[in-house]
Amino acid sequence: MNTAAALPILIPLVLMIIMIINRSDTLARWTGVAGSLLLLACSVYLFATVRHSGILTLQAGGWRAPFGITLVIDLFSGLMLMAGSVILVAVSVFSVRFIREDCCNNRFYVFFFSLAMGLNGSFITGDLFNLFVWFEVLLLSSFVLITYGSTPQQLKGGVKYLALNLLGSLFFLAGTGLFYGETGTLNMARLAELLREGEYSASLNVSAILIFVAFGIKGAVFPFHFWLPASYHTPNITITSLFAGLLSKVGVYAMIRVFTLLFMHDQVFWQHLFLVVAGLTMVIGGMAATAQYETRRVLSYHIISQIGYMVMGLGIYTPLGIAGALFFMIHNMLAKTAAFMVAGLIRRVKGSYELMEIGGLYRERPLLAVLFIVPAFALAGVPPLSGFFAKFILIKAGLEDGHYWITAMAVFTAMLTLFSMIKIWNEAFLKKTPGNHPGINPPVRLNWIDLFPPAFLGSLSILMGLFAGPVFRFALEAARVLTNVSPYIESVIYGLSP
Amino acid sequence: MNSVILQIAEKYIRWLLLFFALTALLRGHHFPGGGFIAGLLAGLAVVFRSLAYSEEKVFRDFPVRPVTLLSAGLIMILLSFLPAWLTNRPFMTGVWVKPVLPLAGELKLGTPLVFDTGIFLSVTGVILLFLFSLKIPEKWK
Repeated sequence: MNTAAALPILIPLVLMIIMIINRSDTLARWTGVAGSLLLLACSVYLFATVRHSGILTLQAGGWRAPFGITLVIDLFSGLMLMAGSVILVAVSVFSVRFIREDCCNNRFYVFFFSLAMGLNGSFITGDLFNLFVWFEVLLLSSFVLITYGSTPQQLKGGVKYLALNLLGSLFFLAGTGLFYGETGTLNMARLAELLREGEYSASLNVSAILIFVAFGIKGAVFPFHFWLPASYHTPNITITSLFAGLLSKVGVYAMIRVFTLLFMHDQVFWQHLFLVVAGLTMVIGGMAATAQYETRRVLSYHIISQIGYMVMGLGIYTPLGIAGALFFMIHNMLAKTAAFMVAGLIRRVKGSYELMEIGGLYRERPLLAVLFIVPAFALAGVPPLSGFFAKFILIKAGLEDGHYWITAMAVFTAMLTLFSMIKIWNEAFLKKTPGNHPGINPPVRLNWIDLFPPAFLGSLSILMGLFAGPVFRFALEAARVLTNVSPYIESVIYGLSP
Repeated sequence: MNSVILQIAEKYIRWLLLFFALTALLRGHHFPGGGFIAGLLAGLAVVFRSLAYSEEKVFRDFPVRPVTLLSAGLIMILLSFLPAWLTNRPFMTGVWVKPVLPLAGELKLGTPLVFDTGIFLSVTGVILLFLFSLKIPEKWK
């Protein structure tokens, strides 16, 4: 039976219940690590199964596809599940020491797994309305996490985050409602089938735009990006690194999934829209990052700029382009989370996130310098790290398909990224500690639990660069499934095994 | 508030609300109703009581802690998945037993009822949690 397909949702649910019943902080901490490892094992197993025997579907309660609740795991979902659980593992280890600053750890882990549940749910659902529901699960748990320390600043950031994302949910729900009114179903495979018959294409454009705006807000794409830098620098750094790795990527995941399945028959319009939006997102995010002098803000604007690359891959809409977007997404989840973690370590050592107030780390903490340089250069796209190949694939796809403008912008943005990474490097590591900010005395000791998560993610990023071939092959296979949707439709609608 | 009228009225309305909650819970699978609405109704009964007396009194007299209700409900939801899983049917399939009672006829019992009861308990628990933790914050730690 395919019950295993529900495990990515069930495991976090069970763990949450355990932690609601038993409120010990120690138990919660170790359940956090063990549970994330379990999720990782489960998603690797699911990915292997999908690779071996094709798309995995689960019709809850045995109700047939367009009527019941469908869970679908294809290669794309499998890849995202794996990358997501890797981030969860790293963050759960990181939180063991970093969350302790606040009270009531137990509640952090409850919402950590609630976030994991929403995340996995959005990755594996096969139904537009359920996608909305999982987005809400994600939104609510991330709101609780973002206001976790309840300082005024966090509440301010959290309210901005919540307000704009609720607006996004509203758009999404409106778009979904229009869809349902027009077609009578919300099962994505069935919708894709109906839209391919072409009867509905004209009147559903409104709903397509609404859904595009909704995912744009969730994914922090250019005209809707402002909530992200307004809120990401407020919470505990563990939570920021968790969000940096996962939240906006879910928006991009949904965008790729829904638009490849449903709307790409009107290719010319969407391709143009995606490419323009992608270019603006990249450049504006990158330029805004260069103006910042706070590590977390620099990195936050970078998230936006790099979302642009993923949207660019979708806009190119060849198997190579989408494979590039997937590769970029996985690379970005690893490198970005690691970079935020190192920012947290710098803060722990030097007592500040402001670049003006810190310095001299290269001499004092060479290990930290290594840990920073790996994700930073990966983000900037220096070979042989993962970011180089991610950008290489996208640029190659852009040139092959004749999108010269966007390719030029991608190269230009890579320069901007390099510039701001070098800025952090110069300010935090190379220059002398500013005289009026001597930092923390006596020096803080970092133990292996602090250093392990960024080292783990950094080495994964190196491995992803060294073994770019196999990873790219997975991404390309997943992209082929996305561009040729008939296997997806067939396995959901017709390939049922009650 | 300390109004005798409200306190007397509460004595009757409480049972009425709980009765409606039970009805909504039991008819829920085939007709409008279900665990969520039943949970709201049952929560309303407690909220009403706390209006007539005070939150502290209701909290003191309440036989179980809200978190216990919530956890029991969540565990019941998980348990309702088990029969389908163990008998190797698709995830969340309803498993029914239909004993025939001497006078009333066939009685339909199944995992959807267990699931709905789980929802009922957790919704009630959450509402009580809201009520008590907003009104008496130091009690909820």
